Amino acid sequence: MGVSFVKVYKANCNKLFLDNMVNENLVKNVVKEPYKYGFVTDIETEKIAKGLNEDIIRLISQKKEEPKYLLDFRLKAFRKWQKMNEPDWAGLGYKQIDYQDIIYYSAPKQKEKISSLDEVDPKLLETFDKLGIPLTEQKKLTNVAVDAVFDSVSIATTFREELAEHGVIFCSISEAVKNHSDLIEQYLGTVVPASDNYFAALNSAVFSDGSFVYIPKGVTCPMDLSSYFRINSGDSGQFERTLIIAEESSSVSYLEGCTAPMFDTNTLHAAVVELIALDDATIKYSTVQNWYAGDEEGIGGIFNFVTKRGKCLGKRSKISWSQVETGSAITWKYPSCLLLGEESVGEFYSVALTNNLQQADTGTKMIHIGPKTKSTIVSKGISAGNSINSYRGLVKMGTKATGSRNYSQCDSMLIGDQASANTFPYIKSQQPNSEIEHEASTCRISEDQLFYLQSRGIEFEEAVSMMVSGFCRDVFNQLPMEFAAEADKLLALKLEGSVG
Amino acid sequence: MQSKMKESDPILEVENLSASTDNLPILKGVSLTIYPGEIHAIMGRNGCGKSTLSKIVAGHPSYNITNGDIKFLGQNINSLEPEERAQSGIFLGFQYPIEIPGVSNLEFLRVSTNARRKFLNKEELDTFDFEELVKEKLEIVKMDHAFLSRSVNQGFSGGEKKRNEILQMALLEPKIAILDETDSGLDIDALRIVASGIKKISSAETGIILITHYQRLLDEIEPNYVHVMSDGQIIKTGGSDLALELEKKGYEWTDNFTQET
Repeated sequence: MGVSFVKVYKANCNKLFLDNMVNENLVKNVVKEPYKYGFVTDIETEKIAKGLNEDIIRLISQKKEEPKYLLDFRLKAFRKWQKMNEPDWAGLGYKQIDYQDIIYYSAPKQKEKISSLDEVDPKLLETFDKLGIPLTEQKKLTNVAVDAVFDSVSIATTFREELAEHGVIFCSISEAVKNHSDLIEQYLGTVVPASDNYFAALNSAVFSDGSFVYIPKGVTCPMDLSSYFRINSGDSGQFERTLIIAEESSSVSYLEGCTAPMFDTNTLHAAVVELIALDDATIKYSTVQNWYAGDEEGIGGIFNFVTKRGKCLGKRSKISWSQVETGSAITWKYPSCLLLGEESVGEFYSVALTNNLQQADTGTKMIHIGPKTKSTIVSKGISAGNSINSYRGLVKMGTKATGSRNYSQCDSMLIGDQASANTFPYIKSQQPNSEIEHEASTCRISEDQLFYLQSRGIEFEEAVSMMVSGFCRDVFNQLPMEFAAEADKLLALKLEGSVG
Repeated sequence: MQSKMKESDPILEVENLSASTDNLPILKGVSLTIYPGEIHAIMGRNGCGKSTLSKIVAGHPSYNITNGDIKFLGQNINSLEPEERAQSGIFLGFQYPIEIPGVSNLEFLRVSTNARRKFLNKEELDTFDFEELVKEKLEIVKMDHAFLSRSVNQGFSGGEKKRNEILQMALLEPKIAILDETDSGLDIDALRIVASGIKKISSAETGIILITHYQRLLDEIEPNYVHVMSDGQIIKTGGSDLALELEKKGYEWTDNFTQET
């Protein structure tokens, strides 16, 4: 007989104030960073009419030449979505989204069939170049294969032949629908069902593009795989869908980066990511999210409503999420793990930085279903300006999760006296023979710490950023090498400003 | 007897300095001049303003200078940021060194050393070159290499923290070092290590201010001058024998002194 208890508490654990700040203005300057990726690519695009109805969904499906099962999947999702309500439990304050005022398909105009990169519009290549993601043969990153997604479509995927030699499939999900339809039909929507939540249902109805990864049995993917998502249009939403399947004893490390131009309107981004790990497979999924966050007054910015979930289906399988969330006006995101396989492992490492009027509600769900499953959660929230940064996490031990363990640690750092941080850890256990541990460490950025670093010749900005990155170290250590450096730089940039 | 030292220009000149924090006056007209090669000791009861003086020279933002000047190598530094002062060669050894979680001691020392080197137009050191330099300096304070991989001062014992301060001083090679109660909380062995470290680092070109309560540090490092502070003022200045006299008679002895003008 299992003991059941539900413990929900709101803990303002570990709020750290950057107290008695030397100079309020200085701080304001320090956390102010101009957005570097705010440019718009001037390119002719093919857009469909605004609005959402069954005809629009049929049109999207038709444009993508999809098989019937996929159109049915979309329509079913749409009908469910229509009956659902937008969730408000996160208490995020934002202007109501008019779903009829969004363009659900936007693609840069280019030749119908592109056989090589030479045929890709140079403007697009230039855009990705500017974002630091060169795609051309001469310049492409040497150790990472990239799938570049521009608005609703995938532009190019590098290293495909090399990966194919190992049996690894890495392509846009639209291509996968055409060429690997059996896998799509077998797995799509099995981790995040269309009816899972409001935004997942919306995505299931209108998803445009995204990445598909398949790692065959026994293969260790020879290089990191990476998707880069770029929103370019101001009035179209981005609804990408990613599906990663790791067969028995395979492993892959996948990286994801995102940017968008600066518009004074809000752009909706509702993505779904599904991961499936079979026996002894490992998937490591890392995100650096730097969507446009809006300006200081909170005008513009991306609404980021994302459902990411991994299923540890196999024994001893492992799914590890690491994320650095710095952008978006609103972030609503809970990369989660369903731990079904015996001794499977779920991990979540997160750094979320909010500034100005940004709001982030992010965390994870670790659902322990199988026995001897293990999960680790390390979350670091940094809030500056007037932002709100919340950790929301669920750890659930099911009736069969005997001998399972969870360890959670969530720390918040507040910069200035206008920002706020919340922690909402939800714990549900139906299995007495399992362990759940929740911890919060204490550290503080104080005037004395800043003065100490400054009195050793370290500039104020660098001192703040050193301490912030020290605060995030546990998470940065989990990121792939190149990403860790980038994340560190990104945080420093966000925290640096025009002091002087 | 120290007249030969005074042929050169002073390193630090504190001129009639008054300062307050939260409108509470702490320093009430302090004057002090340090020439190259000199060691000054400042003694006095807790709360007399010794630590405040050191923090103000280093540029602590909590204090306002209400009157007077601080000159470093002839330049007024009243409005310089703490990091600018440090880069140009002012070093403050903290009475209570601050813990900085997550920031590795090695990285902290390297960034700080490079900030000083940049100012001196010296080449900045990469991780490998810095390792070499720091190894050499670790000898001075007899510190183990393992200290470098820990977070700055975190979990260090009192003595380890103080040695870490002297290690920083060794790396930064300041023109003037103000050591605020560097001897407090040290056992005899650690005190010897710290004192010999200070002596090794100092030279005929550098100045040192030792803020202390105890003669035992001054037994190891003999000062040229001893100043006694009380209520935000220097009330008596003498040679090293003044410290011995203080040790014998206690601060009560100084209660009748007023500021020497």
